[in-house]
Formats: sequence, C-alpha cells, structure tokens
Amino acid sequence: MNSAFFLVLRRMRAPIIVLIVIYAIAVIGLTLVPGVDAEGKVAAPLSFFHAFYFVSYTATTIGFGEIPGAFSDAQRLWVTICIYLTVLGWSYSVVTLIALLQDKGFQNTLTTNRFAWRVRHIKQPFYLVCGCGETGNLICRTFDRINQAFVVIEKDDLRVQELDLQDFKTDTPALAADATQPDKLLLAGLKHPKCRGVLAATNDEESNLAIAIAARLLNPGVPVIARARSAAVAANMASFGTDHIINPFERFAEHLAMAVAAPERFRLIELLTSLPETQIPEIHRPPGGCWILCGYGRFGHAIASRLQATGIHLTIIDPQAPDADHGFTGDGTEASTLTQAGIAAAAGIIAGTDNDVNNLSIAVTAHQLNPKLFVVTRQNHSGNSALFAAYNADFTMVHSQIVAQESVAILTAPLLACFLEKLRDQNEIWSHGLVERLQRLCAGLTPVVWDIRLNISEAPAAYRALMHDQPFSLGEILRDGTNRSLPLNAITLLIERGSQVFLLPDDSFSLIAGDQLLLASPLAAQRNFEFTVRNANELEYVLSGREESGSWLWQRLTKIIKPRNRS
Amino acid sequence: MNLEKVVFGFFIVLAATLNFGFFLGDIERPELHNIYELAAALVVSLIATALKFGDRTQIGAIHLSTSLVADLQLIAAAITWMAAVHITGVGMTPHVTSSVVSLSGGALFANVVSVIILIVETVMLRR
Repeated sequence: MNSAFFLVLRRMRAPIIVLIVIYAIAVIGLTLVPGVDAEGKVAAPLSFFHAFYFVSYTATTIGFGEIPGAFSDAQRLWVTICIYLTVLGWSYSVVTLIALLQDKGFQNTLTTNRFAWRVRHIKQPFYLVCGCGETGNLICRTFDRINQAFVVIEKDDLRVQELDLQDFKTDTPALAADATQPDKLLLAGLKHPKCRGVLAATNDEESNLAIAIAARLLNPGVPVIARARSAAVAANMASFGTDHIINPFERFAEHLAMAVAAPERFRLIELLTSLPETQIPEIHRPPGGCWILCGYGRFGHAIASRLQATGIHLTIIDPQAPDADHGFTGDGTEASTLTQAGIAAAAGIIAGTDNDVNNLSIAVTAHQLNPKLFVVTRQNHSGNSALFAAYNADFTMVHSQIVAQESVAILTAPLLACFLEKLRDQNEIWSHGLVERLQRLCAGLTPVVWDIRLNISEAPAAYRALMHDQPFSLGEILRDGTNRSLPLNAITLLIERGSQVFLLPDDSFSLIAGDQLLLASPLAAQRNFEFTVRNANELEYVLSGREESGSWLWQRLTKIIKPRNRS
Repeated sequence: MNLEKVVFGFFIVLAATLNFGFFLGDIERPELHNIYELAAALVVSLIATALKFGDRTQIGAIHLSTSLVADLQLIAAAITWMAAVHITGVGMTPHVTSSVVSLSGGALFANVVSVIILIVETVMLRR
C-alpha cells in the first residue's frame, strides 16, 4: 500500500501546487477588490474568511450566489476570472488522478501490493506453484480439491486472468510475473514460515532450473520439486540439491517397462499416485515380444532404453534420428513404412513423435494393419484431449498429467516415496491383493493417499491420549466418528516409528505417540479421521463410546460424582 | 544545477522569511501584524508541503513532517483570526493577537527546522 500511496502523492504534486496557487490568487484578489453596500456606496472588500468561503464554493461549482451581500461590478469582474481559473485547476487535478488510476504501472503496483499483502496473511501451510500452464493448472485444481492452499506465479498475464475465472473454492493469490526473478519468489512467500514447498512447473527448462536454484539458495529448508525434460538440466538441478526432479519422459518409460515386467505392481503404483478422487485408470497390460517405436527424440530414447531392458525387441522408425533403424522411408504415418517395419508380427506400437496429429495418424494406421496391436500414444498438448479420448488408445502418455500426479502425490504424502520403495521387494500376488482392496475402497474413484503424524500439532487429542496411558490399536481408532460401530473406510499402508517401518499393519497394531501413518481412503474418510484425532471429545466417543462434555466444570462434576456412584 | 532543488529551497526559505516577517513586532499590537503576510506565509507553506510529496528518502520524510507542522500552526492561526473577527466578534484584541502571533511563532520554529534540514542536506551532498 505504501508505494502506491507515495506514487499518488508524487504524481499529484503538480496539480495540487497549481490548485494552491490558483486559490491564493483568487482569495487575495477578492480581499483587495472593493465591494458595494446596500445604498450603492463603495464599501470595504471581503475579508479573508469570506473570500475563502466564496472561492471554495465557486471553485467546486457549487455556487451559492453572492454571499454575504451583493457584489460590486469590480468584484464580479474578478470573480469571472477566478471561475475560469479554478475550473481549470480542478479539471487538471481530476484528469491527472484519472490518468494515474488507468496507468498500467500504477495498476501493477496496486496488484503487486495486494498480492504481497495476501501472501503475508496466509494462515495455513501452502505451496508455491511457479508456472500455471497445463501442468501447473492441473496441480492447482487438485490442490483446490483437497483443500490445500497454494500461491501461483505465472509469466503470462492471460493465464492469471483465466485462473480468476476458474471457480476455485478458495481465493488463491496469483501474480503475473517472471518466477525466475528471486524478488518475485520472495514476494510470493518463498521465505514465509508456512511455505511447505516450491513447484517449478513452467514450460521452460531454464526457468525451472533458475527457480530451483533460487529456492535452494534463498530458503534451503523447503523442498523443491522441478520438472526437467533433458538429462543435462536434470543433472544440473540434482547438483543443486533439488529434492525431486520429475522427467515426464523417463517416468512414463519406467511405467511402461514396469507394466510389461510387473503389471500388478504397476497397477498398484498407478492407483496410489494418480490424482485423488478421479476415475480409476483403466488396466494396461502391454504384451512382450516385438514392438515398433515411431519417433526417436528424447521420449523415444527414454522408452527404448527402458523397454529393451525388459527383453522387448524394438524396431525404431525416425527419418530424422541418425541412430534409429535404417532402411525406412517414411515416419510411420504411412502403411508402407509400418508394413516394412514388420507390423504384422509386432505386439505393440508406440506413437511417440512430438506432433499430436502424426501420433494419431500412426496409431490409426497401425491399428488398421494389425487390430490385435497394443497401441501407446504420446499426447503433447492437453487441448487435443478430445481427439485422444475419441481414439482411445490402450495407453496414452500425457506429460502434464504425469508431472502433476507425481508432484501432488509426493507433496501430500511424503511417506508415499518410502512405501513405493518397499514395494520393490513384494511379489505380484501381494500387489494384486492390495490393488483389489484399493479398488473396492471408494467406488470407482482413486483413493486419496495421505499421511498424518500422531504428534501435538497434527493430532493433539490422539497424542494426549497416547501420552496419558490410554493406549489404543489401529483398529480401535480407525472407526467412523459419526457411528463407531462402522469401521472407517481406509487402508493403512505404512506406519513409520523412528527408523522402523511397518508395512500394511493389521488392526491389532498398537500405536504409540509420534507414529506416522500413511493411509489411503476417500476424501471424506480423511476428514473424518482428522477430526477424530484432533478433538478430544470425538476421540473419546470413537474409543469408548462415551459422549463426553467438553466443559471443564462438567468434567470436574463427573469426576466428583463417579467415585460416589462406585462406593 | 538541479532546478527541483532551486525551487524547493526557494519555497522553504520563502516560507520561513514570510512567517518571520509576520511574527516580527510587538506580540499584542495587531497593527504590526499584516493579515496578507499571514496569508502569503500559509500559501507558500502549503506549496512547500506539496513539493515534498512522494519523496521516499528519510530526509524527505522529515521535510514533509516539518512542513505539515508549519501548515497546521498557520491554519490554526488563520482560524483564530477568523473566529475573532467573524464568529465571536471580539475583534483583534491584544489577547487574540498574541495567540495568533504565537501560533505563527510555532510555525516559524518548524520553518527554521526545515531550513536547517535543507542546509544539512546541502552539506551532505557529494555532487
């Protein structure tokens, strides 16, 4: 507010001085020009007070007439001059003020000030999302759905305006500014005590790198999640200690290879890391054998190195890439090229060029040549979602979705990374069992994966109960807070206690204070549980069925009455 | 030479000199204190205030505050004068005159502080 106020003062300096001078001339003139009395004789001029009064109401065009008495002709002459002078002065002031209000720089100052004020007054933990393109927007919408506060910085003014139009539940502070400038990051709350993490999700690799570096240097305590498409930038980010680097190409290649090698485990990871409370993804079962890969850029290379490791034989078509398989004339959109590459005997095809229309063309042509083919398509722009949905490939890679899913999963449940690590040691049957349970959990939607630590800040009621010799097991507390005879619709995936980790603990597992729980459940069950562990009365009801009163006096009274009843 | 500095210095010093001129003379005798001098001092003081608008330096802020003090004192003096002549009708008695002049004396003190700051600022100037 301060700088805008000073800007107004500075710009209004000239008009105000002009106004003061005009008033002074008019008032002093009026105190010099002789007046006339009722008999027509020359009288004394107006006093300063009367002159100022007269000029005040005349200059502002209120015009009460000639007060205190009728004017002499000399006074009328002077007043005529004064009227034009003062109107000029006022118009100049008003025009300057209006021009100032419409000034782009002034409006920028106002919006920036308002943004900074709102960021300063955020009460709950928030994330700083840099870049609100396809990926950023998906992340924002997900955060909004799970009631997570966030702040947005986006370079493009239009996208920020679009953000205003999306009906978010909360009013999100958003600033149109270049996030690579450290002062803008600070303005957006990088050093705010409630800042829980920074997401560098702009379309530009160098910007993401700059954001990651700035965040690491300015506030080493907050985790940074950055998107990188090239290995060089990823390595650079890693050297700066960026906590989590998401390369959508690598990640998709990893998933595709896992879907071939360990389909159940892949299914489990897919369920746990997909965006919360969205449609359960369809089951992907890519076959082994011979595959054809069209497009051998960064995406193609990532896919090739991962898939070949699982024993798949790849035929690579890309006329532009020197290290692709030679001897093919086209880029895979023609039937002749695909036939030449052995489409008849192939088990799957990956349409992985950076052109959405070509990818669809490859997919459609290949499917006509060999209807049993497993088709993987790469979607570059979310604007083409309708086309890809209409075609309905066996597996579609949307890079913005991959980055958004992984960011949200890691930010909302830090323990999930640990759980996914443990998953590597489990066999397919174990994974299948868990997948079945998760799919039954929330009727066609994906579960929310979240964690909670039983400590004083996150779960005060449960913490106090555990510290005051009122131990309970997992099954006792995972109860519906509205009706305790019903179990809570949630699966405990993992419990972390110090350095120990318990995978899929059963209901008899007894909890101690400080345990960190990783759970998968519908959003409503999460709310239910959080309320239970925070509110002592709710906890009492869930554990024992007693409806306790919260008031201190009533608790004292019951304590006095109870021993009497016993005796 | 900086024209802005010339104009600003001119108005600060002029405000002080005009006020000093008004203040000079026996405090109880209205004929020694010209109303036009008070009006001129008030107008110049207001202009000096407006000139300091939007200066974000520390010295600029003190300039603005001393000018505001001078304005306030002079406006109070003008209102006292006006009230004595037009509202209560007691006229310029020694009592009223002395309060008007002493109010302007207070403003004069603020003007002097302004001038001192102006001198300090000039001495500190390294260009």
